[in-house]
Amino acid sequence: MTPVDTTAKPKRSPAPAGVRAYFRAVSAIVWKDLAAQLRSSELLSAMLVFSILVLMIFYFALELDPKMRNTIAAGVLWVTFAFAGTLGLNRSMAIEKDLGCLDGLLLAPVDRSVIYFGKMISNLAFMLIVEAIVLPIYGVLYNIDLLNLGLMGVILLGSVGYTAVGTLLSTMTVQARTRDVLLPILLFPVIIPVLVAAVKASSGFLLGADLTTDILPWLNILIAYDVIFIAVAFMVFDYVVEE
Amino acid sequence: MIEVKKLVKRFGMKTVLRGVDFHVAPGEFVALLGPNGAGKTTFLRILASLSRPSLGLVSVAGFQLPHQSAAVRQRLGVVSHMPLLYGDLTAAENLRFYGRMYDLPNLAGRVTEVLEMVGLSARRDDLVRTFSRGMQQRLAIGRAVLHDPEVMLFDEPYTGLDQDACEMLDHVLREVAARGRTVVMTSHDLARAELLASRFDVLSRGLITASAGRDDLRNENLLAFYRRALAG
Repeated sequence: MTPVDTTAKPKRSPAPAGVRAYFRAVSAIVWKDLAAQLRSSELLSAMLVFSILVLMIFYFALELDPKMRNTIAAGVLWVTFAFAGTLGLNRSMAIEKDLGCLDGLLLAPVDRSVIYFGKMISNLAFMLIVEAIVLPIYGVLYNIDLLNLGLMGVILLGSVGYTAVGTLLSTMTVQARTRDVLLPILLFPVIIPVLVAAVKASSGFLLGADLTTDILPWLNILIAYDVIFIAVAFMVFDYVVEE
Repeated sequence: MIEVKKLVKRFGMKTVLRGVDFHVAPGEFVALLGPNGAGKTTFLRILASLSRPSLGLVSVAGFQLPHQSAAVRQRLGVVSHMPLLYGDLTAAENLRFYGRMYDLPNLAGRVTEVLEMVGLSARRDDLVRTFSRGMQQRLAIGRAVLHDPEVMLFDEPYTGLDQDACEMLDHVLREVAARGRTVVMTSHDLARAELLASRFDVLSRGLITASAGRDDLRNENLLAFYRRALAG
């Protein structure tokens, strides 16, 4: 029999069961991550302490008057979320490398996008938990009312975009010896659009800007970014995890 | 059960496997021997669908790799020197998690059965990070047989185990073989391989350089056969 070139684009393997099995496997990964974190809190506590420290540094370094605070609030918040998110993404994938667990996941008879979506949802959950704790602290420190439904929506959309790209890139960098340094270097240039759009839309809601003209274009960018990067990750994840 | 033809694996400019031909019949226990750097782990990772072949044909349990990898993984159990377990989950939680990934029916019963099989029932609710290396390896075997695979791959399973743990692993491997599963094991421990395997293949410099059944080795021991294969 003649050898064939197996580097050619493969057809997707048939899933052993249907859509329900797919979602059961995704939920198994999310359950596993949440159960492990509830027990050790290693990742969440690191993200939380880091976020609060960044907030305090901004608070003492900027010494802003009340008017300026409203203007820069969104920027400070998103810089804090982005830095803390990097810590979380790195740790979340490092846990998979300890004791070879990533191979354990890759050996499961499921489409490999299951692993991507499971890890992405876990990372998103960790990020949202940290944000839910950081927001009131920020509100008290800067004396700003952050209880704004629009702002919550922006935080959700921005966090989805951040974790969609972050999960893919952290899977790529986890194999590298310099993964702690490599992830932010690769991640931050790619998430600039989502950070800019999230800061502009958040600022719009905090300053009471017009929804249609000032905020909606940024929300559209966020939604488009989320959809595009989730689709890209779905298509390339199989290649990213295979040697 | 396993059919490999002209398998080549390259990492950049470096060729690790140079046209490996390998055939394993159902129920056979093959020990894959070879020096460090011969390509044994790379070969096993390709069979396990963790690595993509550069050239050649690979089929496991009738399914082609890499195109039907999910179907292959459904029929495959893998044990390596890493346990592939989560330290912050208990023994039972680890098995339950993998059982859900394999979409197993009657999972609670199966987890209990497997924990009994590997002798960890009493520690089912203890965190894996509190386990000794031997206990982790026992649970790793439990994880690998949880879905009752037809083919089992063992990559240096004795690494880091003490004498008791090695004997326990011998016992489990014999049980696995006795159930008619097809086994491929890489090992540097020739004495153990000689006791367990029904066939011995030597992988050297990216090629299978010698292959002999247990019956073919009546006139010489495995060490002599291994040295001859490496010298040739």
